[in-house]
Amino acid sequence: MTQKATLLTTLKLGALGGLMAVFIALVGMVEAFTARGIITGVIDMGRTLILISFFFTGYLGVRQFHGASSRSVQAIVYGALAGLICAAFLLALAILQSALPSSRNIFVNATPELSNALSFGQSFSVGLPLLLVLGAVVGALPGIVQFLPLSIRRGLLNGLAWVILVGLLQELITVTFRSIPGLRELSNFMFAQSGLSILGAVILFAIVFGVEWFRVARGNMVRERYARLDPARRRVLNLGGLALLVLILLIAPAILGVFVGSVLVQVGLYTLMGFGLNIVVGFAGLLDLGYVAFFAIGAYTTAMLTSTSKEVAFAGGFPFWVGLPVAIVVCLFAGFLLGVPVLKVRGDYLAIVTLGFGEIIRLLALSDFLKPYLAGSRGFELIPKPFVGPFELKDPQQLFYLILAGCLIVGYISVRLKNSRQGRAWMAVREDEDVAQSMGINLVATKLLAFGMGAAFAGIGGAINASYLAIIYPHSMNLLVSINVLALIIIGGMGSIPGVIVGALALVGLPELLRELGDFRLLIYGAVLVIMMLMRPEGLMPEARRAMELEEFREKDAPAIEASVS
Amino acid sequence: MLRQRLARLELTDIFVYLLGAAILALVIVGSILTLSQGKYSPRAWFDLVLFGVTLGSIYALIALGYTLVYGILRMINFAHSEIFMSGPYIAYFFADALGKTGFANQNPVLTLLLIFFVAMLTSLLLAILLERVAYRPLRGAPRLVPLITAIGASFFLQYTFFRLFGPNLKVYPEFDALAASVTFSEFKITYLQIFVIVVAAVLMLALHQFVQRTRTGKAMRAVAVDRETAALMGINVDRIIVTTFALGGLLAGAAGVLYVLVFNQVSAFMGFVPGIKAFTAAVLGGIGNIPGAMVGGLFLGVVESLGPTLFLDGLGIPAPYQLKDAIAFTMLVLVLIFRPAGILGEVLTEKKA
Repeated sequence: MTQKATLLTTLKLGALGGLMAVFIALVGMVEAFTARGIITGVIDMGRTLILISFFFTGYLGVRQFHGASSRSVQAIVYGALAGLICAAFLLALAILQSALPSSRNIFVNATPELSNALSFGQSFSVGLPLLLVLGAVVGALPGIVQFLPLSIRRGLLNGLAWVILVGLLQELITVTFRSIPGLRELSNFMFAQSGLSILGAVILFAIVFGVEWFRVARGNMVRERYARLDPARRRVLNLGGLALLVLILLIAPAILGVFVGSVLVQVGLYTLMGFGLNIVVGFAGLLDLGYVAFFAIGAYTTAMLTSTSKEVAFAGGFPFWVGLPVAIVVCLFAGFLLGVPVLKVRGDYLAIVTLGFGEIIRLLALSDFLKPYLAGSRGFELIPKPFVGPFELKDPQQLFYLILAGCLIVGYISVRLKNSRQGRAWMAVREDEDVAQSMGINLVATKLLAFGMGAAFAGIGGAINASYLAIIYPHSMNLLVSINVLALIIIGGMGSIPGVIVGALALVGLPELLRELGDFRLLIYGAVLVIMMLMRPEGLMPEARRAMELEEFREKDAPAIEASVS
Repeated sequence: MLRQRLARLELTDIFVYLLGAAILALVIVGSILTLSQGKYSPRAWFDLVLFGVTLGSIYALIALGYTLVYGILRMINFAHSEIFMSGPYIAYFFADALGKTGFANQNPVLTLLLIFFVAMLTSLLLAILLERVAYRPLRGAPRLVPLITAIGASFFLQYTFFRLFGPNLKVYPEFDALAASVTFSEFKITYLQIFVIVVAAVLMLALHQFVQRTRTGKAMRAVAVDRETAALMGINVDRIIVTTFALGGLLAGAAGVLYVLVFNQVSAFMGFVPGIKAFTAAVLGGIGNIPGAMVGGLFLGVVESLGPTLFLDGLGIPAPYQLKDAIAFTMLVLVLIFRPAGILGEVLTEKKA
């Protein structure tokens, strides 16, 4: 490519990066995130976001050079240029904001605080040039990184990632560690008021760097030894790993406190529902956007059977363990009922129709018409907690065990179903209904079974959730829940069972843990969904077959980002 | 022939027919009861019908966007509801400024023209951007992928507008000229309602003429029938697709302004429910079918407006207006089960893409 063309492309990429950075700023993320420190006194998340934008823009600038030429001074220079342009956009934003304070009436986040954040807390004459310099320097980094061997590159990037992550989770970690005698001193040493202490950050970085370096430089040795093990030994190793994981999960809630316990409960519930929707969407390929309907039916059934509320016509007061099985059966039939009318409805329409169902259920629950039975908008109250023998599962930590059990059972069922005749029938229907039918698969039974099972799993989730919250409101049974579950399946990997867990951790766990992130949750969801579909439609941990299907369609140079930042 | 039909009948079909019959019975009985109770005057019914026609015209305009894109790409543009919202949202800032200075009431025609212009331009640009960034790269993908992308884009846009411009209420200025009304005997029609219906009708007619009479329109129809052959005939398919999105955007922007004139305020989430209803309308009339979208929109609007009162009130259901949306969704389900081709019909639901 000619010099001029490269220059032009770099300018465009820089502008793109700049627009993204301005967008992030105007949407309010920069300002909100400055509240979260990463290394106390040194840097916070908001400024880190800015630096990440510079890095990303620089990366885009370097990426236009394919192959060997990306390892050149030229790449570094163009990367720096792209970063510089990105910084220039932010500079323009800061200047415009201070010149036109009334722009706040339109763009609510164009505040003096934002400009302050952009100029790194300094006055404009110092801060803004600093911004430009940082833009160029950080933008040059991707180019420089190309020169480093893989082990060092991995070490650096992972080290940075861990420092950022741990710094963000500082509150959580200090609160947790405070209750454990030995770890308390460690946390006092590593963390300061808001984020890591400087020494703590350096030490953490060094450790992670060392681990990663070792993994890349010497990791092959370990991998080879693993491959040379005979299958029996290997299975023992795998089972051992799984057992260790389960052990950690069992102990974790007890140690980690109420807040983490409640987050784990949320993650667990969504994982449960994810397994259910995974059968409908992932295995059978039936796009269901009204999944929350079954969640609601499970919740209300449980409520009607177990609650002692006087507000409604029918509140059984039975124990939870009576409510749960009945809820499952009711949901199973509800799944069949809702599935029958839509048997012949195709792909995209199925999505809208099921969405309609979800909304109908919510509207009915909310209406005055059914208020005598479902308590309407005031909420169905007094739903009791489950009892295991004499113990009441009161706290989130205790309830988590119930959910964990549920997830394990449902997960096990999913795994067995996937590799069974029924599972293969579902996947055949997903590929091509007509061919599947001509192969002798009973479409009606297959589809209804998928709907039914998915509904039953959602019912379990709804029942447990009802008991956990003690009051259920129809407002919370809305489309967003369905979209949440769908998003976590898609991003985790459709049809893939470990993918559901990954998705739940990423999309439910992370926003809960990082409050600021949670505010922007749906914005990020939407963006992530689009980006994932464009770049990696099979998800983060895809099932092998799906990955193959989508492989031939994927863009060829998209995965470059994952390769260097994994 | 009847015997053949009967032989192919399954249990599930019987169940479905029973369900349909039950709903029909409910509707008829409810209507008879309501009318026999005579609680509502002719004036009340007239108001409901008029409101239904007004809202229905707006749904029809939005539905055209869905139907055009579906006809060409066989894809539901989930994000169309946000295209609908974006126009009046951006136009709000102009409207607000003009309203505050009193310009709006002194020169209503000019102000309205400006608002329409800004709204339609915004929606058009957003539609084109969406197509370019989110849909074009996914042209050949399995059906699920563009649908998820559309859903993601829809959410992203909703929350972008919410975050960029803040959650505070954005109220459009009142236009005195439109608040006036025409009365004959006991029936009253406001100028606003006439305005909405007329503008919608004019735009729909313009679109119909465009698609039927112009070369681009003919190219659009060709691409909708068979994309590959159209390309072989020398039609620039990419450009036609962009044009389709652009037209849909234009209409949605106009629909947005009309909607806001009726309901007075804009919010980042206002597109969602009208979007679903408009899609229902498109399916009702026959997806891919332009006059169908118009018929479907009007039909849906009227049924949605009359429905709660007519069907449900007689049955003793309290506050039936809460179930207004449920009626719309139920209609969608019924149409897709019993007459997937829609009223004016095009069978695209059962075929494989």
